Amino acid sequence: MNDLIRMIPSILMIVSPILISAVGGMICEKAGVVNIALEGLMGIGAFTAATVHVLIESSTPMSVWIAIIAGGLTGLVVSLIHAYASISLNANQVISGTGINLLATGGTIFLAQVIFKMERTQPFKLGMMPGFAGIYPTAWIALGIVLLAWYILYRRPFGLRLRACGEHPQAAASAGIDVRRMRYIAVLASGFLAGVAGACLVLTQTIQYTVNTINGAGFIALAAVSFGRWLPKGVAGASLLFGTAVALAIYMVNIESLRFLPSEFFSILPYIITLITLVLFSGRDYAPRASGQPYERGGS
Amino acid sequence: MKRSSLNKSLLDRLLSSDKAVSISVVLLGFLCGTLLVVAVGRNASGMYSAMLQTLTGLDVTRGTWNIRYVGEWLNASLPLILCGLSMAFAARTGLFNIGAEGQYVVGLTAAQFVALYGPQIPGLHWMLALLAAAVAGGIWGGVVGWLKAKFSVSEVVATIMLNYVAFFASRWLTMLIPGSNTYRTPSFPATARLSNPLINQLTNGSRLNLGLFVVILSCLVFWFVIEKTKLGFELRATGLNKDAAQYAGINVTKGITSSMIIAGAFAGLAGAVVALGSFSYGRVLGGNDNYGFNGIAVALVGNNTAGGTMIAGLLFGMLASAQPLMQSRQIPKEVTWIISGLVVIFISLRAAFRIILDKRAKRRAAELKERIDE
Repeated sequence: MNDLIRMIPSILMIVSPILISAVGGMICEKAGVVNIALEGLMGIGAFTAATVHVLIESSTPMSVWIAIIAGGLTGLVVSLIHAYASISLNANQVISGTGINLLATGGTIFLAQVIFKMERTQPFKLGMMPGFAGIYPTAWIALGIVLLAWYILYRRPFGLRLRACGEHPQAAASAGIDVRRMRYIAVLASGFLAGVAGACLVLTQTIQYTVNTINGAGFIALAAVSFGRWLPKGVAGASLLFGTAVALAIYMVNIESLRFLPSEFFSILPYIITLITLVLFSGRDYAPRASGQPYERGGS
Repeated sequence: MKRSSLNKSLLDRLLSSDKAVSISVVLLGFLCGTLLVVAVGRNASGMYSAMLQTLTGLDVTRGTWNIRYVGEWLNASLPLILCGLSMAFAARTGLFNIGAEGQYVVGLTAAQFVALYGPQIPGLHWMLALLAAAVAGGIWGGVVGWLKAKFSVSEVVATIMLNYVAFFASRWLTMLIPGSNTYRTPSFPATARLSNPLINQLTNGSRLNLGLFVVILSCLVFWFVIEKTKLGFELRATGLNKDAAQYAGINVTKGITSSMIIAGAFAGLAGAVVALGSFSYGRVLGGNDNYGFNGIAVALVGNNTAGGTMIAGLLFGMLASAQPLMQSRQIPKEVTWIISGLVVIFISLRAAFRIILDKRAKRRAAELKERIDE
């Protein structure tokens, strides 16, 4: 148990990007668009942040924060592709998401080759510094984002309208809500958050962006959305659980009582748990009802 | 004189032809890739000479010819075609099998186990390994189909989860094999390998192997099952309209499960072809091979048919196989991944064509009505 307490800063470091990205995925699905591009958008955000940070870290002390914003903005811009395809053109949301995931791997490493002449970004000297009790500020960012998302989605008329677009877009439209505009906002928000998440990941967990930096964190976030039943507190709990599992897979060599298990055991946990809960809760409708379905104006 | 839009124009025909759309999407992807290479100040002709060398073995920069490049190209295409078939088969039943990667991994793992522990009888050993891979992939895919049919668990989420389960389970199990370290197992016995001295000789020592025939056979099986059997008809009907199929007395639950089993078997075979064809030892996977994910692009470009998937697989195999040649010509090899990604994105934009077609059809109808009124 003591080992686990000592691991808390590391666990929070790993949980934060997953949670930020998952909140984005949740907002997106709440409005009726599935975003399986979280993984790719995180990669794009991480690459941008790592590049911006390494280029300006010696000239400004605000470098880390500028890098995070830059990561978020790049994620937002790239998610426009997904928004345009799935909202304006009624395209299959899974296909355009897959396209972005494929593009992200190639695009980031391509740019790294152009900018740094190697298959990764140049390592930066100093990432983000941990604050109080060795906890990285990303944990507070993540907490702030969950609370803000909860407040907007469940305490503001805007949030009610956004959720209506994911439950019953035709009804929402007849109440005067611009469904397409709402969905655009949701997709762009998820793009921004995924970008920020990728930036937080690269600035706290490593010293450069490589093709393996994200390594499934975006897909874990996607799992956390389902396991968290599309609710802010559920998604937060799921991210905490999955992040802990990821942390255990990495740090378990330090824990005497767990050493008999292979690290793969903990790596598998988030995925198995998600699958089992999806089956257990299958009878009840937790998912936004119109999630993943294109909305056609004037369609019957 | 006003141009009459009463008849279907060439544009209408082009937009409604799947083949024309696929070809233009691919050309557009190549165009963007070329522009990108030029934009970063590299000579794009290096990219195309690398592709030419991959396709024909002809090195225009040195004026030499080596057929080995052709063999390597075909070899790189084999798993892509099989994973494309996996994706395409599921798509014909209206399912999105994003899990070919996981089915590929379990197939690869099963083949490696049979290769190391199976009976070392020439001819039979590798066949058993292939069979084991197909069965393992089939089970892995079938579970998803069953969860979808029985509990309506989204196959997209379920397959993504199972991809990771497969990956980590494969590492775990493979490292348990005595004599394994963190990246490989002991070498396979010769009876398990797919390499063939004749093919080897013909292609000047490339890694092309008997997997070639596995792929050709798989394409034929795909075509036969989908187009010529009752099962294939039922699956296609389910894919086109699930409710109508159910109403017509088709067992949709069984259909979805069997479709995912067959899709998984194709991807599992891809794993075996790579494990036993391109390697002489079992691998403890360090990262995804990504054949499964690229298979999605292959099937989309191939319009989910056997022939189309084969051609698209050869195309993407060419891109993959040309990577090292591009790198040696100062072209960042990632441009090939960018082309694949763009092609998929362009295909998702294809939905726009339907909107254009609808608009044009409406305009034609309006014009027709106008004339009748006159």
